[in-house]
Amino acid sequence: MTEPMLKITNLHAKAEDAEILRGLNLEVNAGEVHAIMGPNGSGKSTLAHILAGRDDYEVTEGSVTYKGQDLLEMEPEERAHEGVFLAFQYPVEIPGVNNIYLLKSAVNAKRKHQGLGEIDSVDFLTDVKQKMKLMGMDESFLKRSVNEGFSGGEKKRNEVFQMMVLEPGLCVMDETDSGLDIDALKIVAQGVEQMRSPDRAIVLVTHYQRLLDHIQPDRVHVLARGQVLKSGDKQLAHELEEHGYDWIRYEEAESA
Amino acid sequence: MKAVDETATRMLDRLQGERPGDASDWIAGLRRDAVARFAEMGLPNQRIEDWKYTSTKAIAKRDFARPDAAGATADANRIEALRVPDLDAHRLVFINGHYAAALSDGEMTDDAVRVRNLAQVLAEDPDALKDRLADAAPADFSGFTALNTAFAEDGAVIEIAADRRVERPIELLFVSTLRDEAIAAHPRILIDAAHHGEATIIEHYVGMDDPQNLTNAVTEVHLAEGARVAHYRVQRESRKGFHIGSVHVNQAANSRLEQHNVQIGAALCRTDINTALNAEGAETLYNGLYLVNGRQHVDTHTRINHNQPNTTSEEAYRGILDGYARGVFNGRVYVAPHAQKTAAYQSNDNLLLSGKAEIDTKPELEIYADDVVCTHGATVGQLDTRALFYLRSRGVDHETARGLLLYAFAEAAIERMGVEPLRNWLQGFVIEELPHADRLQEFV
Repeated sequence: MTEPMLKITNLHAKAEDAEILRGLNLEVNAGEVHAIMGPNGSGKSTLAHILAGRDDYEVTEGSVTYKGQDLLEMEPEERAHEGVFLAFQYPVEIPGVNNIYLLKSAVNAKRKHQGLGEIDSVDFLTDVKQKMKLMGMDESFLKRSVNEGFSGGEKKRNEVFQMMVLEPGLCVMDETDSGLDIDALKIVAQGVEQMRSPDRAIVLVTHYQRLLDHIQPDRVHVLARGQVLKSGDKQLAHELEEHGYDWIRYEEAESA
Repeated sequence: MKAVDETATRMLDRLQGERPGDASDWIAGLRRDAVARFAEMGLPNQRIEDWKYTSTKAIAKRDFARPDAAGATADANRIEALRVPDLDAHRLVFINGHYAAALSDGEMTDDAVRVRNLAQVLAEDPDALKDRLADAAPADFSGFTALNTAFAEDGAVIEIAADRRVERPIELLFVSTLRDEAIAAHPRILIDAAHHGEATIIEHYVGMDDPQNLTNAVTEVHLAEGARVAHYRVQRESRKGFHIGSVHVNQAANSRLEQHNVQIGAALCRTDINTALNAEGAETLYNGLYLVNGRQHVDTHTRINHNQPNTTSEEAYRGILDGYARGVFNGRVYVAPHAQKTAAYQSNDNLLLSGKAEIDTKPELEIYADDVVCTHGATVGQLDTRALFYLRSRGVDHETARGLLLYAFAEAAIERMGVEPLRNWLQGFVIEELPHADRLQEFV
């Protein structure tokens, strides 16, 4: 059996003095889409940020490997070069830094890491324009500053658009569905479906089941108090929707 | 004349001599009064609240000479290199305070605007300045204003006609050069916009060959009803030099001022920007950017007086301080008792890049009306770690990401400036000042 693309073993992490992750285990194979659900404070956003390398969290125990490499040893930019992508819940506005230039630089940084030359400008622009169209974004977008003056929905679409252009091996999406109206949600879901590929793993972090009406996950994991409490197929998401997170807690208490 | 202290006596002695306009009783009287005021006041000291954080001792201990008009020459190519590139402007050049006709576009008179150098107006038509010169800027605003009023020899008089829009910006380039001894220049600028007149004026102060000179400039702006003026002040004096500048604006009904204040150079820089909103519908925008490092000291005092109802002001100052640099920002907003429906917004954001850099920032609101919206906020901090992480997560290395965020911080001020060539030049300038400039170029 081949190694999982992402393998998290007994991960413990804390922010300041609060322990947030308490022995989390997760394996995601290439070609799969996993949903990570959980109530507020369960640690799901922390997990997403740790995967991308945010240093506000201290990993105290456990390991994370991506394609067999120790992910925790890498700087955030190295992870990006290796193909890890985090779609932010709250993308940051950066005035004066042009969207298209940031994107091109991101593509070239990755190519350099792979030993490739800089991307041809015409090829790049063709690819970018086609993907913008898929995300229902106007071309004027390219000339604007990174996320500056974007609506909440535009920011989320821009994250998925960046993800499509960068073609990562591991996509981690942190509550990309929050704050979206139904039309924007469908566009985002289409974008994610488009990204499904045998050599890519996608991890969707979400609070609500509604995104999963549009994206069919292969596995659903429920997080609570920094651990995976329950895993199952997409049926699990429906049960959660029906019974709420208390149902899991109740089940847990029953079995204790 | 008996002066308050030795420094004032010495400065007064040093500055004696004939000046343009002396033949006019009115001008002579103005100068005489200003000399008397300076003798009483001397240079500001730190016991004065408005000068608490800024010492003028470094200025006091130097013996600045009075530059002569004959020395107002410089190599044309070198002057050209100091200009804002690609800026199509009508330009007057001043060397050490004196108008350099050979380097300038000359007097301009058309149906929209009349631009002359001050020395010429003082010599030929001094009484035309009556009630306009030393009106918005009282001689006793500070010892420096008194000095300027007493000894100003040159500068510019810009008169904008009613209902006319001046299409090309007017650029006043003040170049401070290295001479045998350090010199003090006291340029004076008068901008007078008749009703519904519009113009863009750029004061650009620059040092050449690292002189230790003092520039002590005063600008007065009168905006009649409906007039719109964008006034830029770009200060990049020698890092060994001193720059004192004040801008004093009177605004009539429905007029609009934009004042952009960029402070980059000088060992010591102090600017005072004062606006009186004297009639309904007047509005003003203050936009400031200071970038300092080493042992530079930059002090900005602003004042906006909402004297009548329905007036609006927006003020945003940003600063990046590195090394041992010291910054001071004091933003005073006054709302008169009957000035209801006043809206005043103020912010001052600072990035400190070293543990030794320092900023003293203080909003000062004096609000005597009750139906107003006044907000203020000041921040002092380091770079936003969330933004840093965002860029790194896109594969941008740590140092480049840091540079980009510094640039973005400054850009928030630069992007408010309407003159595109100036904006482009400042953007490039800011990038050049940052580490890894070559890498940053790719992103903007």
